[in-house]
Amino acid sequence: MRRKSKTKPVLPAKYLLLILTGICIASMLLSFTLNISGGPLHTAAGYVFIPMQNGINKIGTWFTQKAENLKNLSDVMAENEILKQQVNELTMKLTTTELERYELENLRELYELDQKYPSYEKVAANVIGKDSGNWFNTFTIDKGSNDGIEVNMNVMAGSGLVGKVTNVGDNYATVTAIINDTSKVSGTVVTTSDNLIVSGSLQRMNESMVIVFDSLNDRNDKVAVGDPVVTSHVSYDYQQGILIGYISSVEMDSNNLTKSGTITPAVDFEHIQEVLVILNKKQTVKD
Amino acid sequence: MRRKITVAVIIIVCFLLQSTLFKALTFASISPNLLIAVTAAFGFMRGKKEGLIIGFFCGLVIDIFSGGIPGFYSMLYMYIGFFNGFFRKLFYPEDIKLPMLLIAASDLLSNFVIYFFLFLFRGRFRLPYYFFNIIMPELVYTMLVTVFLYFIILKINQNLEMIEKRSAKKFV
Repeated sequence: MRRKSKTKPVLPAKYLLLILTGICIASMLLSFTLNISGGPLHTAAGYVFIPMQNGINKIGTWFTQKAENLKNLSDVMAENEILKQQVNELTMKLTTTELERYELENLRELYELDQKYPSYEKVAANVIGKDSGNWFNTFTIDKGSNDGIEVNMNVMAGSGLVGKVTNVGDNYATVTAIINDTSKVSGTVVTTSDNLIVSGSLQRMNESMVIVFDSLNDRNDKVAVGDPVVTSHVSYDYQQGILIGYISSVEMDSNNLTKSGTITPAVDFEHIQEVLVILNKKQTVKD
Repeated sequence: MRRKITVAVIIIVCFLLQSTLFKALTFASISPNLLIAVTAAFGFMRGKKEGLIIGFFCGLVIDIFSGGIPGFYSMLYMYIGFFNGFFRKLFYPEDIKLPMLLIAASDLLSNFVIYFFLFLFRGRFRLPYYFFNIIMPELVYTMLVTVFLYFIILKINQNLEMIEKRSAKKFV
């Protein structure tokens, strides 16, 4: 039974504030020096929140599917008419594309891109929650260390790079997307093998759905709009040869040596539902 | 005990809604911030101490699942709960102006702090852009949702206080 609070020793609010501030600052400072991930707090929180997020997610997908089914019926009829017209136009275009594809296959053979993807061991996971704020592009997936996921593993959706795992619990993992404002990826332009640095930008992503790149060294002006960009061999965290996106604009920097511009990501970050986590980690020199 | 469980449930439900349902109902990829409303509301309804504890736990949940610097959001939300506690003496349940003003101010303040430490320090200097495209839309959306959320929290709190008063009378 509850007693009157006078008998209990009461800790004044300002002392409690001081103590908790100290704990917060200590954990922030520790996180810069030590690499603390997981821990009992994360495990406990994982078992409380993840099953519920899973449930909400399942209900949500069920509803969207039902709604889409209804919408589709009426839309399909109208769409059919338009599509028939498009078929004619596209058949014309196809012939030209066929020629270009032949060229692309030659290039692929050159870079052995085909062989690089399937050799990685992957695990599929569902996206069950997103970052609670509006500043960062991180999300939670429903697989964790129980399924062999570790921090810094690469995450893909379809054939494009999504990001990397930055935080792992027993049954969940937090993925930081490449479009996140703090993300940086070292990339390579496939056509010329020039390296560049891709960085996420909240502003550019909001404005025109692109991410920015810089430090591209392209003396001969070979890099053109539409060129695919993949992760580079010098990247510290990312496996080589995963598609990041396609160059959408290139500009000479004011220093007249390097170029910068924008890349359209290969992944539709607004509607990610399933991702693949690559279980092979990039092998790097131990320091 | 009853109060602790109720508050824990409120925090869990708000976090779940914020990270799942409201992420599906975004306007221009902006979603409302329910946890700041919970923190601020308990701050001015229940005082500094409860405000700071509830703020701390709201922030802790965000810290755990955001994968950022652990402790940053805990501290931010804790101070927001604490400062809202100063307005307890001015708070009357019938008056909606002060709560709305305080929750709006809390949301603005927290976003400015996030911008200052996590964006400005990395050389993202265009504050007007972030103000009009992130901070303001979030404020508007949060206030819209808060109109409903605030009354739910207020009713829950009033019920809890009534139960507590009744049981206190019994055992004096």
